[in-house]
Amino acid sequence: MTKADFRAGAARAVGDVQLRSNFRRAMDGLMEKRAAQFADGEELERLRTLGESIRSRSLARLPELLVQLENNCRENGIQVHWAETAEDGNRIVLDILKRRNAKTLVKGKSMVSEEMELNHFLEAQGIETLESDLGEYIIQLAQEMPSHIVMPVIHRNTAQIAELMERKIAGVSYTENPDELCRIARKVLREKFYKADAGISGVNFAVAETGTLCLVENEGNGRMSTTAPKTHIAVMGIEKVVEHLQDVPPLLSLLTRSATGQPITTYFNMISSPRRPGEQDGPQEVHLVLLDNGRSRILADPELRPTLRCIRCGACMNHCPVYTRVGGHAYQAVIPGPIGEILTPQLRGLDVRGDMPFGSTLCNACVEVCPVRIPIVDILLRLRAEANSPEQGGSVKGAGAKREGKEAMAWKGWQAMHASGAVYNGLSRLLAKTGNMMPGSVGPLKAWTATRTKPRFAARTLHQMTRKRGIPDE
Amino acid sequence: MSERSYPERPESVYFFGTCLIDLFYPGAGMAGIELLQREGLNVIFPQAQSCCGQPAYNSGYRDEARAVARNQVRHFPKPYPVIVPSGSCASMLRNRYPGLFEGDPDEGAAVGFSKRVYELTEFLVHVLKVELTDLGPPMKVTWHGSCSMQREMGLREEPRQLLAQLGNVDLRPLERERECCGFGGTFSIKLPEISAAMAGDKAGDVERSGAEVLVSGDCGCLMNIAGTLEARGRRVAPRHIAEFLWERTHDKG
Repeated sequence: MTKADFRAGAARAVGDVQLRSNFRRAMDGLMEKRAAQFADGEELERLRTLGESIRSRSLARLPELLVQLENNCRENGIQVHWAETAEDGNRIVLDILKRRNAKTLVKGKSMVSEEMELNHFLEAQGIETLESDLGEYIIQLAQEMPSHIVMPVIHRNTAQIAELMERKIAGVSYTENPDELCRIARKVLREKFYKADAGISGVNFAVAETGTLCLVENEGNGRMSTTAPKTHIAVMGIEKVVEHLQDVPPLLSLLTRSATGQPITTYFNMISSPRRPGEQDGPQEVHLVLLDNGRSRILADPELRPTLRCIRCGACMNHCPVYTRVGGHAYQAVIPGPIGEILTPQLRGLDVRGDMPFGSTLCNACVEVCPVRIPIVDILLRLRAEANSPEQGGSVKGAGAKREGKEAMAWKGWQAMHASGAVYNGLSRLLAKTGNMMPGSVGPLKAWTATRTKPRFAARTLHQMTRKRGIPDE
Repeated sequence: MSERSYPERPESVYFFGTCLIDLFYPGAGMAGIELLQREGLNVIFPQAQSCCGQPAYNSGYRDEARAVARNQVRHFPKPYPVIVPSGSCASMLRNRYPGLFEGDPDEGAAVGFSKRVYELTEFLVHVLKVELTDLGPPMKVTWHGSCSMQREMGLREEPRQLLAQLGNVDLRPLERERECCGFGGTFSIKLPEISAAMAGDKAGDVERSGAEVLVSGDCGCLMNIAGTLEARGRRVAPRHIAEFLWERTHDKG
């Protein structure tokens, strides 16, 4: 695959009429549901203030909270592992599976495991992984990436899913009945839950003071994946820790209402230990893998740190006019949309994904709905500056990698024109006289005039008009 | 933002015309000045002004943006309010200058300058409390509030309040009036396919509103939406709100 590039992905997606209508309809529905949940604007703002402060407080004390979490998990019988990189994380999971002689596993939905490309890694080691979240299961059948962090298969409509299931699952005939499609998937998955040697899940919140792992889900597959197999491995990014148990309810409320417009999800799991003596069910072993993978670097910069407040609700993508036009795959990243535009380049480096912070009109629709008030636009602007920085290095990996001589020169020229009143007055008058003679079909104007008329310079500038009218200069 | 406290009516104000208005829509700038003069204010237009610096700032070229910003900070030295006929440029001057000059010798001046910045409709409504009498013919009009006007400056009702004072104007809402038009400055050139798709949707929304005139407070959006409408052969006249208000409320005789 060639280097990931948002413009190329977006240009392809924007021409796909079916895809655009699938997204428009889905995002409209999600925005409406969220709005219905937050009818009381004052309550929403109070809750956002609380959510922001809980997450900020947790991040401010992150190192000590992680140690506290580790100690309390161990006391509860949960085995804790630290992974600095995705490779470390994958290796840790593989070692656990090998020790348990596990050959098959079921997975609950986990964005961190996507970030680690865990499925791919394990399959190469001969271990069969099955996604058990319905959406994730469907994209696994289609061999696609998630196109949304909460609704991974939102890019497909019912007919497209029906066609896929008929083609990929033996003995299934075509049906567009959603209940029937669910029943088919459930039948396949049930069997796997009982047979799987291990289960893998993500973590929505980890409570430091109690050593509890919280898992938010709607299908019961999370509960099955974490209780039916003998071994449960939870993977989480280190930023997911919160200090107190009482920090969880407001975050949960913000999460479900912002994400899907639900007052609460159908399932909310609190995992605090493996099966205890005398208990009828639950795994024999529970492992927690704590992944850094670049997060400490984000934490260290006060302006970038709020990126880590994210609770992965996806409201920013649901409300993003760019995401809505192109869908998640155009971003060619595990996490698409506004939060992906700030998180992905920081985790992977601006040398790899320095294109992403530029995929925004800076319209602030995401900032307006973010339940933990991440200043996404401020961070986009900072990352744009880092990407084009004249100095290599700096607090973001790959800083300066996107700077190009031609563009840098153009901005120097722009500066020379606008940093002096005298130069500006001379050149702007010249543009008023000759600007309209510039052809619209070359240079940067070409992209503009493909669908718009060429902007027309006025015959006289405002500077000239005000001078003529005798408007005072000072 | 919306909780901002406003000063008493001053005697003099500065006018920051913006580079887009200067080059493409000077009539909108003149109209803005005339609206302020009609209220009895002494309007000052420093001839050395150029651009707020936003194009370079949003593109990640902060040194270049700061050099241009410095030219503005230095040429608006007196403690007068600075009136800007654009939500986008006003937000750059007001919200971004303090950060842009952090640690710079001109930081104090830049912060002081930024606190004096007001978007034109904000100033007309909150400080001058203008009362308008419509002298124009009946007209169907729609309003496009820019993203910076709505979400960075927190100005949603102010332009509407002014348009609502015009008795013969039938203000038609857009279906998705809060959605971005896809301009985004250099975004329109760097990601032209998405920008065109967004502008196309917005243009369709404007057409369906049945409006004869599209009014906005930001010339970037106007250029984007009206340019798209014009390329499609549609007749909807674009007007900056300053020009629209002035045209309808001044006695041409």
